[in-house]
Amino acid sequence: MKSFLLPEFLVERDENRCIQCKVCITQCGFETHYFDEELGRVMHKEERCVGCQRCAVFCPTNALIIRPHPWNLRPHANWTKERYYDLTKQAETGGVILVGSGTDKPHRIYWDHIVLNASQVTNPSIDPLREPMELRTYLGSKPDALEIKDGELETELPPQVKLETPILFSALSFGAISYQAQESLARAAKEVGILFNTGEGGLPQSLKEYGKYAIVQCASGRFGVDLDYLENSAMIEIKIGQGAKPGIGGHLPGEKVSEIVSRTRMIPKGTDAISPAPQHDIYSIEDLSTLIYALKEATNYKKPVAVKIAAVHNSAAIATGIVRAGADVVVLDGLRGGTGAAPKIIRDNVGIPIELAIAAVDTRLREEGIRNRASVIAAGGIRCSADVIKAIALGADAVYIGTAALVAMGCTLCQKCYTGICNWGICTQDPKLAKRLNPDITTERLVNLVKAWSNEIKEMLGGMGINSVESLRGNRLQLRGIGLADWELKVLGIKGAGE
Amino acid sequence: MKDLERISNPFNDDKVIASCSIFGAMSLEGRKFSGKDIIRAIANMRDRGNGQGGGFAVYGIYPEYEDLYALQIMFQSRAAKDDTESFLKEYFSIAHSEEIPHREPKNISNPPLVWRYFVEPKRMEQRDLSDDDYVVEKVMIINTRIEDAFVFSSGKDMGVFKGVGYPEDIGYYFCLDEYEGYLWTAHGRFPTNTQGWWGGAHPFSILDWTVVHNGEISSYGINKRFLEMYGYYCTMHTDTEVVAYAIDLLMRKHRLPIEIVAKIFAAPLWEEIERMPEKERRLYTTLREVYGSLLLNGPFTIIIAHRGEMIGLGDRVRLRPLTAGVKDDMLYLSSEEAAIRLICPDLEKAWIPKGGEPIVGRLGASEVIHKKYEIGIA
Repeated sequence: MKSFLLPEFLVERDENRCIQCKVCITQCGFETHYFDEELGRVMHKEERCVGCQRCAVFCPTNALIIRPHPWNLRPHANWTKERYYDLTKQAETGGVILVGSGTDKPHRIYWDHIVLNASQVTNPSIDPLREPMELRTYLGSKPDALEIKDGELETELPPQVKLETPILFSALSFGAISYQAQESLARAAKEVGILFNTGEGGLPQSLKEYGKYAIVQCASGRFGVDLDYLENSAMIEIKIGQGAKPGIGGHLPGEKVSEIVSRTRMIPKGTDAISPAPQHDIYSIEDLSTLIYALKEATNYKKPVAVKIAAVHNSAAIATGIVRAGADVVVLDGLRGGTGAAPKIIRDNVGIPIELAIAAVDTRLREEGIRNRASVIAAGGIRCSADVIKAIALGADAVYIGTAALVAMGCTLCQKCYTGICNWGICTQDPKLAKRLNPDITTERLVNLVKAWSNEIKEMLGGMGINSVESLRGNRLQLRGIGLADWELKVLGIKGAGE
Repeated sequence: MKDLERISNPFNDDKVIASCSIFGAMSLEGRKFSGKDIIRAIANMRDRGNGQGGGFAVYGIYPEYEDLYALQIMFQSRAAKDDTESFLKEYFSIAHSEEIPHREPKNISNPPLVWRYFVEPKRMEQRDLSDDDYVVEKVMIINTRIEDAFVFSSGKDMGVFKGVGYPEDIGYYFCLDEYEGYLWTAHGRFPTNTQGWWGGAHPFSILDWTVVHNGEISSYGINKRFLEMYGYYCTMHTDTEVVAYAIDLLMRKHRLPIEIVAKIFAAPLWEEIERMPEKERRLYTTLREVYGSLLLNGPFTIIIAHRGEMIGLGDRVRLRPLTAGVKDDMLYLSSEEAAIRLICPDLEKAWIPKGGEPIVGRLGASEVIHKKYEIGIA
């Protein structure tokens, strides 16, 4: 069938600059560029281009400009270019449109409608370069009270995990991402004193030494889960849902199941790894409790158990159920969270923004007097240190960063993660592409990111006259809303600016 | 229900910010002394206040009613007094009641009526509440339900006297020079907004706990939300109220000693904790893990008092002043050393405590203090 669609991107090659070095040809896994023997020069097929900018970045003479194709239909507010494009594609294929990364739709980003406070006169601001400034955070269940007799601590705390800064690397599974990418995340987590998350892809034998810094996921496919995996971890996470695709499972195509992926996931090489939409042993809250305690029993109550849910309409009630079911940590993944592959229609339309979910859950847990019984991790749409600090002030203990970590590694958000081809070597199992990621350099990029954000968080905390992050956690008086309706301010539990 | 927030926080601020002078004096041997010097000392720091609030707490003043709760209550109308008294009669046996003696007001305007009632809980139908919890519950009812009535203090053998004005004028009005107690604290206030409400002055008190406070607590937002989880409602939106409730929770309900409470309010830095021996490291790490939401962040000094004990504490990076002084059986705490020296020129020792280090004065512990701070025993 002849496609009626024009290419999404336009490749502009400056022939005066191009030296016919063919770097662009080798860099593009989508085979956009090719050498025309007859013409004796490099040419391209625009329809293959995903706009990842790999060729442009690596072109030694800056001869390439990749930009969205200017094709224009008659402007229509209702039938936008995207609606037309998706519909036409479906008419031509009859398929569900797949996509990677978090939603690119302009859902309200509440972070950009919230501003922070600073000290003036009545309270000195603090310079973190000269004064102590503490970001250390412990995740885990805390008792209602401590018992201390004659200076001796009588209370034994449930297991806690320590973070030197309230940021963790979000679940990115080996199989979806390359070995090099997972190794970089693990090494960076170790270096900055935080944790990375294995996702549902297990932990390769050769990365076992990083188990202490790993949150190991137990998801609906149970890939890679055995006693050894659970015990060699900092924390266990039961994945119920994901912000990018609430209610949807996962599907790793057989092409990505290489020898090492098959060993790590404990499935035959080349077979599809299908994660069902629900966990088929959890159809109710009491089932969840059974799994939580099964995992605790298996690990002798030495590991905190987290439960991750997608932020949906009744997250607050679900979260209290999760806490009462015995979870030590509740993870909320918002509407703008990332994914390796999801139906586009789900990614762009299901779930609620993380800001509202954090506020609603924190408020509800406090109303029920159980906020201390579990830590709250917020995920899905954290783009910068200001988002981190606002998430904490709304009530999160720490945040997961997924997309931000990918971008630090080189991701340019082309949204083609589901194709198995990633020119940046991140989301691929193709050894030629994956080896582009040098774990030494990528680790450094990730470490730099976490350090930079931590320093910025310290500056903002100091400005508020606060020298320890626990005094900001849930301290919504440090926030004000701008351009928000009354109901939004009410859900967020903050005042409007000037109030 | 009465909206205390509207009364004490007319501009609907997050919290009412105030800067202040604080002073405390205690005889560690329980020797009683008059309030005359205390008034002189707090008056000496007049520039730290602005006439918008002054107050005193004194312990050991009602020995004849030692076992009864002394409710000191202000009324802004006759009806409030009638309502409160009929409420009291229903829930307490009143052994004695009287208007608190006062002089003609000097430099203060519109003083409310202030009465004291020596009472015992009437425990007929009551559930398994302790007497203290019973009293707290009734005080909250008077404060939040009875229009124009507010309880200054509700402890045994102690009282709070406070109002809108400079502290020396409040002291004069309530004839505090004629009282004798073994422990006094005092407060002069500089609020950033004006308010003419006597209940909003310091000390803040619940049962026999009193707090005077200088500072602004940046962690107020989370301190308040943490306390709400335990059933305390900060109706007045002042930092000091938070401190009073936090003390009640930690010391009375969780039974933690003051030395531990001080380390919750002004926690050691993580790097200090790292250097501690294993056992202490575990203790302090656990304290921060569990009670991190009660860390008082931002500049503050507080003097906490209750029966037989006075505690001075500053924030962990020492952003508000606190000076301690010792002479014989006397322990002094003050925003400024000059105020102590004014009333005790021959101090044996005056020093500035470290940030986060509590200075604890206990009845009968004179020697402990002398030994701890290496002061020659008198």
